[in-house]
Amino acid sequence: MATAALGAAVAALPPARSFAQAAPLSRMIPSSGEPIPAVGLGTWITFNVGDDPELQAECTAVMAAFFAGGGRMVDSSPMYGSSQSVVGRGLAELGDAGAVFSADKVWTSSGANGPAQIEQTRRLWGVEQLDLLQVHNLLGWEAHLDTLFAMKAAGRLRYVGITTSEGRRHDLLEEIMRRHPLDFVQLTYNPLDRDAERRLLPLAAERGIGVIVNRPFRQGALTRRLDREPLPEWAGEVGAASWAQLILTFILSHPAVTVAIPATTRVDHVRENVAAAGGPLPDGVFRERIAAHIGAQ
Amino acid sequence: MSEWWTYRLEDFLLFSPRIYWRLVEAQNAALWPLQLATTAAGLALILLILRRPGVARLWTGLVLGLLWAFVAWSFLLQRYEPINWAMAYAVPAFFAQALMLLGAAALPGGPAFGRRDAIGATGLALALAGLALYPVLPLVASRRLASAEVFGLAPDPTAVVTLGLLLAARGRWLAVLLPIPLLWCLFSGLTLRAMDEGQAWLLFAAAALVLLLAVLRLIPRGSRGDTPRAGA
Repeated sequence: MATAALGAAVAALPPARSFAQAAPLSRMIPSSGEPIPAVGLGTWITFNVGDDPELQAECTAVMAAFFAGGGRMVDSSPMYGSSQSVVGRGLAELGDAGAVFSADKVWTSSGANGPAQIEQTRRLWGVEQLDLLQVHNLLGWEAHLDTLFAMKAAGRLRYVGITTSEGRRHDLLEEIMRRHPLDFVQLTYNPLDRDAERRLLPLAAERGIGVIVNRPFRQGALTRRLDREPLPEWAGEVGAASWAQLILTFILSHPAVTVAIPATTRVDHVRENVAAAGGPLPDGVFRERIAAHIGAQ
Repeated sequence: MSEWWTYRLEDFLLFSPRIYWRLVEAQNAALWPLQLATTAAGLALILLILRRPGVARLWTGLVLGLLWAFVAWSFLLQRYEPINWAMAYAVPAFFAQALMLLGAAALPGGPAFGRRDAIGATGLALALAGLALYPVLPLVASRRLASAEVFGLAPDPTAVVTLGLLLAARGRWLAVLLPIPLLWCLFSGLTLRAMDEGQAWLLFAAAALVLLLAVLRLIPRGSRGDTPRAGA
């Protein structure tokens, strides 16, 4: 029944254009060795559609295309308005909650309020157990990490992480990465925002911490800007057929990166994203070429 | 908030402009033709203040109080709160404003509309602009007319019209009745700026004008050489 629902949802979608539906690039989660598709789905702004049934259906279609393309990790937060409930509604309609890798966050300054918020999050997703919980933007991180590690020890959570964005508080994040047995960190990284390359990505590799990359397209501003320019012919050498794919290829070719989580409201874009990095991954020289070209646009 | 200087206005926007204007469209569709009644009520209040200021206090407080409560319930709570958790703070503020407006209508010493001056005339002009201008803004902003914001149904024109009407009044209640509409203009203006909507400047301009004129109101008339004309 679940498969039938997913099939019906995908059948209703517009046809894919040039993006091949080959198996997506996969990465190992360092702390467990579990394979995970390297392109996930973010929900910041895009899934905050409230009670609008038409837009909820659009989000469900995006999720259907994401799962059909082989994607698994969906990331949300209590901070994202109605995004969690929209994800939960989509999972219920698709009947495929078992395929999703649920990544969410705890976002409250009070450590005492964390468990109740986490339970609310789980209910909104409609899953028995969340796969990954992260402390959102390091808010109340000490108390929440205690809670999350206790949940993991009790078998009620599989992975623990912590997040930041747009290069903020990297010093504190580094300190936490050194002191705590995190499974994941989430941070901003793209061809223009490369601060994480200096210390955090090497440290993550050294400590066996998975890296989730947020804001790969600078909340769409980067791709909107680049879409006015022609894609360089050499992008085809790494299998990139669009600016979005070229950016994702750059991000995912860093060996410390586990998953990138672009957000979108469009089915064609989510198909494009999950098909990214399907070609040979660029070496260091090619990566610099990508960054320099995008930086010059 | 650490490293607060690194945040931009857009970083606080939780939703896309498309979602916001669809909320307004849904509100209009669900409540049509109430827009006609609330706009007529706003115009009636302006006429009442001009023609029969003696009874304007009761009706202004009553109508505005009910409409602030209605906007809080029907728009902020039912539609806006699911996409913007900040509405958990705005809804009680709107209900508090509604209670204060009703109190100003009913309790002794409420705002008095009996004296006309330039500040009052400016206030009534602002209220008229809030009633007439907001519904046609979609035509300027290349949005669907269905997303027109109307006094009594949408918070922004409700706040602007309220501020304009209150400027036409005098009395110590003004110090209590002005802050929440002013704060809403600031909050909503910043939200619209983050959405890159030009009409944000209407709210900023309205709030700045009202603030300036309200301060002038508080200065004793003798000290600024204001010569009142005969009131009704």
